[in-house]
Amino acid sequence: MDDLYRDFILDHYKNPRNYGDLEGATHHYHDTNPLCGDEITMYLLVGEEGRINDVRFAGRGCAISQASASILTEEIKGKALDEVKAIDREHVLQNLGITISPARVKCALLSLKALKGAAWGLTAWPGEESKEAAGT
Amino acid sequence: MAVTALPAETAKALDVARIRGDFPVLAQRAHGKPLVWLDNASTSQKPRAVLEAMRAVYEEHNANIHRGVYEFSERTTALFEEARAKVARFVNAAQPREIVFVRNATEGLNLIVYAWGRDNVRRGDRIVTTVLEHHSSFVPWQQLAKESGAELVVIDVDDEGRLRLDQMRRELERGAKVVALTHASNGLGVVNPVKEIAAWARSAGATVVVDAAQSAPHLAIDVRDLGADFMAFSGHKMLGPTGAGVVWGRAELLERMRPFLYGGDMISRVSIEKSEWNELPWKFEAGTSAYVEAIGLGAAVDYLTGVGLDAIHRHEIALTEHLLPRLLAEDGITLFGPHDTRDRVGVVSFDVKGIHPHDMATLLDAEGIAVRAGHHCNHPLMTRLGVPATTRASMYLYNTAAECDALVAAVRKAKTVFGV
Repeated sequence: MDDLYRDFILDHYKNPRNYGDLEGATHHYHDTNPLCGDEITMYLLVGEEGRINDVRFAGRGCAISQASASILTEEIKGKALDEVKAIDREHVLQNLGITISPARVKCALLSLKALKGAAWGLTAWPGEESKEAAGT
Repeated sequence: MAVTALPAETAKALDVARIRGDFPVLAQRAHGKPLVWLDNASTSQKPRAVLEAMRAVYEEHNANIHRGVYEFSERTTALFEEARAKVARFVNAAQPREIVFVRNATEGLNLIVYAWGRDNVRRGDRIVTTVLEHHSSFVPWQQLAKESGAELVVIDVDDEGRLRLDQMRRELERGAKVVALTHASNGLGVVNPVKEIAAWARSAGATVVVDAAQSAPHLAIDVRDLGADFMAFSGHKMLGPTGAGVVWGRAELLERMRPFLYGGDMISRVSIEKSEWNELPWKFEAGTSAYVEAIGLGAAVDYLTGVGLDAIHRHEIALTEHLLPRLLAEDGITLFGPHDTRDRVGVVSFDVKGIHPHDMATLLDAEGIAVRAGHHCNHPLMTRLGVPATTRASMYLYNTAAECDALVAAVRKAKTVFGV
């Protein structure tokens, strides 16, 4: 279980890569886990050729959610938007390289959800529009 | 039978080793470590006596209650109604028919709001509640306020998490239809002076609805002394099984109320045109009750009464007094709620700077320690405290000072892992 918090994860948590706002972002999406209060906003700067020229994330929350976001931003910089849209949950969990218990999977995948929202140009996750409108 | 009564025993410390032997699950290990169960505010573990009482029903005389004319049904019905009488004595209700079995405190509080609130709270009425409420004691009233056009007044806490009694008194003096408040806070462990507040409420003509989910397992309760009108609590937090909860209400109020659920058993006569309701308490127990669970709760009440609620409370306060200074001695700890043990139950909510509560709970789990991390169904309180979540350790009669020490050691280890 201590493996969950091995140096690789803690390093990304304490020294998040690509952290902060992104001036002139073409895409961005904010998402939360109300259960634990984790928050992630993903900012993308997509060039005309459909490549991610720059990426930032902002947020707060547990080590798993924040490290997962940091790792994801490192991976997608320079990739085509279509490649990013194809990233699946197994890939993100594999990237973390640790066994995530069912209770913590939502933490690990929040960044992917925010990234997908940004990549697809969403303002609200499909099916959760009314939740967004209610401001929760 | 040679039974030696030990009346002086309850004044002494609990025989925790013996109590622990009554709880089979406490012998389990988690991640290879001895299980340290400190999530009692969420649910308690069950003594063998409760499991045995339920097993006996299923294996020896299971039959639906209030229906059969055969012996098994009569025996099961008798045990079910005996459980009701035990619960009535447990909270000193005037009569057993004031006890309604429901699924849990949440269902009980909803019953009160639906069956009493909807017929009694009108546009412009004031519903007074507190920022300490669990969502189950808050959201039903919030929604009723929206539906009825009543005003929802939410009393704040001070910086230690104690209810602002000055505010409560002032708001009740301005008039209120109902005051809905928790007896003990599940997030902070503070115990509200319900008796004092109920007296103010009576002067204002307000009905008093008490959420006793966190107090009934830990404090001796006397509903008549408290001066409440309604109370709800969950059996599973007080050594009983899931699915057995309780509503207590003053008989004259329950008599006047419409049923909450319609169906079998709650009916006395049905024609095509109309229906007549059964007497109390069965008017509120539609369908087949969780009678085995209610009988299990009766056994839990016997167990708690046998140990003694005062002794249990003293034990938990002693553990809290042991834990608080040791926890506070660690750097970076923020304790939410009172730093003393006055008017308190054994709930200790904290945060360690640099470690999110979910990470903390995961690291404690690795040491075999079960605590709750999150918002504890207390969003308004978390907002008031300015945090998204806390880590909460909550104690019961079977916990030990050594377990509190194990918690502190595991918190220290978590800090090492995170380098804070």
